[in-house]
Amino acid sequence: MLDFWHYAFMQRALLGGVMVGLLTAIIGVYVVLKGMSFMGAGVAHASFGGVALGFLLGVDPLWTAVGFCLLVAWGIGMVTRRGGIKEDTAVGIFFASTMAFGVLLIGLMHGYNVDLFSYLFGSILAITAADLKMVLGVGVVALLMVALLYKEFLYITFDPETARVNGLPEPALYYLLLALIALTIVVSIKVVGIVLVSALLVTPAASAYQLSRTFGRMMALSALFGVLSVVVGLVLSYYLNTASGATVVLTATVIFALSLLGRQWREARGAHEEG
Amino acid sequence: MTEGQTPVVELKGVTVAYGRLRVLEDVDLIVPAGAFLAVIGPNGAGKTTLVRTILGLVKPVKGTVRVFGRSPEALGALRREIGYVPQMHAVDLRFPVRARDVVMMGRYARLGLFRRPGRADREAVQRAMARVGVADLADRPLGDLSGGQRQRVFLARALATEPRLLILDEPTAGVDAQATKSLYELLREFQREGMTVIMVSHDVGVVSQYVDGVACVNRRLVAHGRPEVVLTEATLNEMYGCQALFFHHGHAPHMVVRALDQEKTEGK
Repeated sequence: MLDFWHYAFMQRALLGGVMVGLLTAIIGVYVVLKGMSFMGAGVAHASFGGVALGFLLGVDPLWTAVGFCLLVAWGIGMVTRRGGIKEDTAVGIFFASTMAFGVLLIGLMHGYNVDLFSYLFGSILAITAADLKMVLGVGVVALLMVALLYKEFLYITFDPETARVNGLPEPALYYLLLALIALTIVVSIKVVGIVLVSALLVTPAASAYQLSRTFGRMMALSALFGVLSVVVGLVLSYYLNTASGATVVLTATVIFALSLLGRQWREARGAHEEG
Repeated sequence: MTEGQTPVVELKGVTVAYGRLRVLEDVDLIVPAGAFLAVIGPNGAGKTTLVRTILGLVKPVKGTVRVFGRSPEALGALRREIGYVPQMHAVDLRFPVRARDVVMMGRYARLGLFRRPGRADREAVQRAMARVGVADLADRPLGDLSGGQRQRVFLARALATEPRLLILDEPTAGVDAQATKSLYELLREFQREGMTVIMVSHDVGVVSQYVDGVACVNRRLVAHGRPEVVLTEATLNEMYGCQALFFHHGHAPHMVVRALDQEKTEGK
């Protein structure tokens, strides 16, 4: 029954997948609560430009994507905070222009048959040992940051203005959070791909939001749902012979649907108890 | 100069602009230690901008701002001496936090980066919640509370910073008359204990019975002084516009009419 575990590629996929599921779910809590879902999607699509740049320069596309996504995330943040433009407008501009930049670069690479499809839709089963190292390394660092700055990130998410009044370095924390979002997106590309990564950033956290009345519980549930989505999705895709990234995202969506039902059930029961 | 002589807040010739729009113009304001000041004025008059300038959230294009004798950027650790209660609509009410979690946030800056709240912080949170009468709501999610209860939770958060200066922006918006009255009484108690309180308010009538200073703002500082001196028909006219406005537009001017009536009756 557990024959998938005998393959080294499946072990790497599961290990990398669990880290990505955990990381996107934790960072996703801030994305959902701060209303930055579109920002997540925008930065994810911007990575396309970074990946194309890597191919053109002949370096690992994940590294160029890291730099590119950091710049785009900070760019959106800066334009929004300083330029007086709404965040979704800024995202819309960066979203389109960075994709266009990527398409332009790919057009320059005459006859070079790039396996872009794997970046767009994920190819976790093709994850290499080096990829795994990067995923685990970035994941551990990002999770450590969240653990160390737990209360600061909570405060700037809930009430950034008062956090600033109280003397917290709110702008620095905001840009650090944007950097963590960008890094999370890039390391997740290998698993679910550019097009689907924003789903992992939003769906598990949104499911947890339905069932949580405290921040800690939302974190814990989101992490659980994120890891569950990746593991169940991967195993299902192995047996059903379906695309892994898509199966992971659809698993997360099923969990979200169940969480909606769960909330309704709880509310109905709560109303019954009170009444 | 000793601590007691330095005004808690001092604005000199302060002009604030958003783009080309001048929201505040040439405002001079001194708030001495231990004052209870209400900042009143019509909607869009720059009341919120005035307190945001004091808090250092907005930089003036002209003039100087001094809080505890320093510019807001140079406050350093003195920032923790400022308690702030923001407007309620600035807060996501469906955010998954309990009342006690919100109040604990008031301790975060004091704790410093990386450090977790300890027993002393939990006790401070408990004290602050008891002080404003919401200790029994500690475990309730924020979204389950009424407007008045929520307001007190945010007041408790400001108290948890152990402030010398307390700044509240429209603390009575969406709060019923009884809760408003008891909130003002509470603020007056804080003042008697030595805290300086600055409160943005739109209800001229009730607030004047509790505060010892009123700053009337309509882009400019129209008047500033003791309520019985400041709240004259002439000032209110200047602040809210021509007499006709009182009767035909908005609900803020409507309250002014009530305030004037009250004062007249009290005078007799």
